[in-house]
Amino acid sequence: MLRGRAFKFGDSISTDHVISGRYAHLRSNLVELAKHVLEDADPTFVSRVKPGDFIVAGSNFGLGSSREHAPLVIKMAGVSAILAKSVARIFFRNAINLGLPVLMCDTDKMNDGDELEINLEGGKVKDLTNGSELTLGKIPEVMLRILAEGGLIPYIQKYGDFKL
Amino acid sequence: MGKTLAEKILSRNSSTDAKAGDIVIAEVDLVFAQDTTGPLTVRQFHESGLKHLAKPQKTVLFIDHAAPSPSVNLSTDHILLRHFAHENGVVISDVGEGVCHQIVIESLARPGDVIVGADSHTVTAGGLGAFATGMGSSDVAVVMGLGKTWFRVPESFKVEVSGAFQKGVSGKDLILYLIGMLGADGATYKALEFSGNTVALMSISQRFTIANMAVECGAKVGLFPADNVVRGYLIAQGRANDYQTILPDADAVYERTIKINAAELEPTLAKPHTVDNTAPVRELKGTKVQQVYIGTCTNGRLEDLAIAASILKGKKCHPQTRLIVAPASRRILVAALKAGYIQTLVEAGGTILPPGCGPCLGLHQGVLGKGEVCLSTSNRNFKGRMGNPEAFVYLASPATAAATALYGEITDPREVL
Repeated sequence: MLRGRAFKFGDSISTDHVISGRYAHLRSNLVELAKHVLEDADPTFVSRVKPGDFIVAGSNFGLGSSREHAPLVIKMAGVSAILAKSVARIFFRNAINLGLPVLMCDTDKMNDGDELEINLEGGKVKDLTNGSELTLGKIPEVMLRILAEGGLIPYIQKYGDFKL
Repeated sequence: MGKTLAEKILSRNSSTDAKAGDIVIAEVDLVFAQDTTGPLTVRQFHESGLKHLAKPQKTVLFIDHAAPSPSVNLSTDHILLRHFAHENGVVISDVGEGVCHQIVIESLARPGDVIVGADSHTVTAGGLGAFATGMGSSDVAVVMGLGKTWFRVPESFKVEVSGAFQKGVSGKDLILYLIGMLGADGATYKALEFSGNTVALMSISQRFTIANMAVECGAKVGLFPADNVVRGYLIAQGRANDYQTILPDADAVYERTIKINAAELEPTLAKPHTVDNTAPVRELKGTKVQQVYIGTCTNGRLEDLAIAASILKGKKCHPQTRLIVAPASRRILVAALKAGYIQTLVEAGGTILPPGCGPCLGLHQGVLGKGEVCLSTSNRNFKGRMGNPEAFVYLASPATAAATALYGEITDPREVL
């Protein structure tokens, strides 16, 4: 069970919003890089987010670049899951590979600051502020197994190969 | 039941009868990373516990995004990549060679290959009939060690293009139009497969431009048939033996068919700040532009420099507009020098950058100032993309870019051709 506050974003939050290409020189200095997470979408995000909080977004979250640094800095900010109406393909795979759950549901009724409770096993998200409950979209089995190990690198450390 | 190009290639490399929706483990023929994704890839490889590279000679590290390096930090990243390449027998493509995707199509990719790169525009090699797709550093690190990865076999959209382009209209206008029609997530997880009589006659250069931008409507791959045009290109690169014909089956099943009449297309651009925010160029006529950028994996090829040079020959760029040109590879730079295009562009007032990504991703070599407008032949115009969230990027063809540089404002190339 995950519990935290919602940080609401709109549609089409790109990997450049999440971590701009102009900070590419900080990609080997993750602590410095993470200070700029989501800067071009909400410059106050980094100072307000607390461990366990959620990103709640509209459609096509994470479109653009293959930079794994995008989900990485979100994870480093303490975000425990991303909820979105839909998510771009590479970002989805990257987030799961880092052990960061990305969950699909209709986020329209969730507001910034709402308290949310996510039941990963049961596939449900409850908005404790407005009392609504939603069913989460299914994640492919192979990705669930990777997520269960905490990401692709721990998965490979354990199995040494893909076990489908 | 017949197979799409995507199903055909993934069937072969997974030794299964792969159908859309299946999860398969497929052999990867070529794997690469570049200098902004490579350092994390190398670290994840070490972390994974995998000891050896599956195919060192088919593993490539490119120094192209920040080449030559503009900062100490990036120079340190470059050193890390060179060391890893040296220690593991990996191929390195260093400063001045060009953009990873251009080197991949010139020298490495073959029709029917499965290619994974730590860069979203890996899809470019779909122009050769390769199943080429972008992934992140962890996935690429594991491919480097295992020589394979898992794929969900995508459903395919058939994009059937017929008719002849008007003068001043090219593959760039077609793909911008298609992205505007589908939306930035209109083909998420899907394969775009291009066909029709326009495609059969289309130059390889324009096929690469179109495949390159497939990812901008969410697609996993943008695939072209491996036909005589591909054969001709590979022969010209001295790689005749790498050719094989790969066509979709006549009875392949597509999730959707999209028909486009090329003759009806106009010069098209994408307005800030999303690629699907498209409009005919004529509607933006008169918008002042401070910087024009011609280059990148999308439009930095010889054919692109040729059209720009033909528009700017004997003329001068507008005094309030900077023209920046980056050939996509060393091979293209040499050919453009021989053809006189570089001299023409320099005499017109252009600045030539070394082969590489240039200012496309906002790192260096043309970062925009507050409120400035750039018209670029690249593939992305997200807020902040060219280094400044308070700047504005329009995406268009090389012909539109050259016409715009000439007048200092967005200009329909049909006015100058």
